[in-house]
Amino acid sequence: MTTTATVAVKTHRDPHETNTGISNNKLAMWLFLGTECLLFGGLISTYLLYKTRGNGEVLPTDIFDIPFTSVSSFVLLMSSLTMVLALSAINRGELERSRAWLLTTAMLGGVFVGGQVYEFTTFVREGVGFTTNPASSAFYTLTGFHGVHVSLGILMLMSLVVASVQGKLKQSNAETVEIIGLYWHFVDIVWIFIFTVIYLIPAE
Amino acid sequence: MSDTIAETGSDTHDDHHPSDLQYVKIALVLAAITAVEVFSYFKSVLDWGDFLIPSLLGMMVVKFWLVARMFMHLKQDKPLLTGLFAGGLGLAVAVYIVALLAFQFWG
Repeated sequence: MTTTATVAVKTHRDPHETNTGISNNKLAMWLFLGTECLLFGGLISTYLLYKTRGNGEVLPTDIFDIPFTSVSSFVLLMSSLTMVLALSAINRGELERSRAWLLTTAMLGGVFVGGQVYEFTTFVREGVGFTTNPASSAFYTLTGFHGVHVSLGILMLMSLVVASVQGKLKQSNAETVEIIGLYWHFVDIVWIFIFTVIYLIPAE
Repeated sequence: MSDTIAETGSDTHDDHHPSDLQYVKIALVLAAITAVEVFSYFKSVLDWGDFLIPSLLGMMVVKFWLVARMFMHLKQDKPLLTGLFAGGLGLAVAVYIVALLAFQFWG
């Protein structure tokens, strides 16, 4: 009996089973995040090279508003908490609670992006535009790319919220929430890096 | 029978994820570190001197490590995923240190 059962289980394999024991979607997201390290590494290095090249104009570092950016950073950091709470809730089958946390995460992301738009607007008013000097170009490219990543994350979160409202997001879809969560946490840790290296460490 | 199921199972990770309370505690630690980082900006309160940059980099690494390990579940997931991420990160750091040094010497 035991032998028959063993054979039955071994021959009837889970179609989603992989050699690594990790689902292909999750593996692909981690691979993608590995390559994203290279993208942001390039942008951060470029900024570090150009941050003092102002051509006599105002540098971004001269007009950083650290208290304001600190609040934005705190908001994004807390959105990682709400994201992981959304995953935890859906893993337990608490669909409504998961939806509420997903919506909260998207809203916190929206606050962060709003703060970034405000910061960019202030910089332009202070005379630091995208083409003012190499330092400002590198700054806008780096933080702008990050802002685009956060915005895409918000879109993905909102699509999960809509799917949840329509009853299409069930406990069995927890891995989808986990994968989008991985992307969101990655965007957060990139900002942890940017906040320290670009904003807090003083320029020469 | 149960041995066979365990043998052929396709779990991508064990299910010993932290509880919600543990997640909140981790977030509080992250918030406290961020507060210290911001505090370092106000030199009129306390001048960190030569310790400023190493301290800021150290706190950054701790925050990075906490989010990746606890919120992204690298602690519980298969080591392959840690390897993939660390591989990308290590490659990025190595390539850009070389690039920055090249500009330093020949730029």
